[in-house]
Amino acid sequence: MKVLENLKYNKDHEWIKVEGNTAYFGITDFAQDSLGGIVYVELPEEDDDFDGGKNFITIESVKAATDVFAPFDCKVLEVNETLDDSPEAINEDPYDAWLVKLEILDEAALADFMDADAYQAFCEEEA
Amino acid sequence: MNEVKRTPLYDAHVALGGKIVTFAGYELPIQYEGIIEEHEAVRSYAGLFDVSHMGEILVEGVEAFEAVQYLVTNDINNLKDGQVLYTLMCYENGTVVDDLLVYRKNQNNFLLVVNAANIEKDYEWIESVLSQKNTFVSNLSEDYGQLALQGPEAQGVLQKFVDFDLDEISFFHFKENVDLKGISAMISRTGYTGEDGFEIYVAKEDLLKVWNMLLASDDKLKPIGLGARDTLRFEANLPLYGHEISDEITPLEAGLKMFAPLDQKDDFIGKDALIKSMEDGVERKLIGIALDKGIAREGAEVFKEGQKVGYVTTGYMSPTLNKALALALVLKSAGKIGDRLSVKVRKKEFPCTIVSKKFYQKKYKK
Repeated sequence: MKVLENLKYNKDHEWIKVEGNTAYFGITDFAQDSLGGIVYVELPEEDDDFDGGKNFITIESVKAATDVFAPFDCKVLEVNETLDDSPEAINEDPYDAWLVKLEILDEAALADFMDADAYQAFCEEEA
Repeated sequence: MNEVKRTPLYDAHVALGGKIVTFAGYELPIQYEGIIEEHEAVRSYAGLFDVSHMGEILVEGVEAFEAVQYLVTNDINNLKDGQVLYTLMCYENGTVVDDLLVYRKNQNNFLLVVNAANIEKDYEWIESVLSQKNTFVSNLSEDYGQLALQGPEAQGVLQKFVDFDLDEISFFHFKENVDLKGISAMISRTGYTGEDGFEIYVAKEDLLKVWNMLLASDDKLKPIGLGARDTLRFEANLPLYGHEISDEITPLEAGLKMFAPLDQKDDFIGKDALIKSMEDGVERKLIGIALDKGIAREGAEVFKEGQKVGYVTTGYMSPTLNKALALALVLKSAGKIGDRLSVKVRKKEFPCTIVSKKFYQKKYKK
């Protein structure tokens, strides 16, 4: 299971790459592996605001649709439009295939994220 | 609910990395390597499925022919010994008890292969319906193991194990007592993928040996899980009980009239209701739809100009055609091929077009 050092992770198997008050957001290698072949991603609109915990993305694998929830209060700054044509990029490299770039509206929520070592240990427990 | 069953291959599925789910009361792999990879393996080469969960019900006796003819919708009049027929069986009201394959061994001996989820219901139904006939009905589902070997190279894979030319088994025919390297098998050229291929019936205790023997014989032959079994049958427009057909849907609504030849066939259960429904006008029909974007899953509602006209019975991003496709049961008035409808997915309406439901051109060897 691949985990990158420079990212932060949560227990929903999502990663963020924080840059100031913004963050790239995606799903981890663990998550893409358990979803299987991804065939469609429904992304939010740019400039939309979401409360933390609210469904804002849906990832569809062959068998099922999986909801992804906003990791914290945020505004969508950018969506990864390349996923429209190649959703399988998430399976191929989940850390390169970010889903959305977010403005972080609740800095305190970042405290819930783990570093790479802690996330690795978390995955081993789950497996 | 009965306890969950396992086929003789359970440990083999786990050892191959199969992700196990419970389906129709059986613990079976939904996938091994991945649904898309497995789907493509069957379309391009060959795949091996454990379908031991399927049910086998034997009808024998001096009135077996009359009994089966009365039981099923399709006409077994022209069915010869060694031949297989796809059919449905209906309730008196014309809705579907199950779809099945009828194997004619001889005039007095027919093997019915039914869906796993329906085995007990079917067995009870058949017994009650045939109680007046001079027949003996037995449920052999626990005795049989079954594999499906499907794909353009299926014959090449299997040929190495038999001492006769497999061309002798033509489409929808079968051969009994085939010697598979010392194991006795019944082999039919049938399947549920839209590809050429075989279904192989052996005694349950021989199943693991045949599975291992076939897989070991060819590196390119892949084990295939239930996930790809469903995407393959969906692309080929093969119905699945509980989706395209059920006890609330008639064969006429599901577009399966050719398997219920009302004009030519003798009396059978449900015939009167189906004839009446033809006279009154069948209200619903099964259509194919292609979405511009998004994926419509089972149960998604279908709309025409804001009016609900039906619902999706099965929907996928088709692995072979790389399009979001679905089968939907809709009102006759919903439209014709080329017309625009919409499907409600997660509270949003996604535009779609009615298309032929033969998404994938079947590649049977006839």
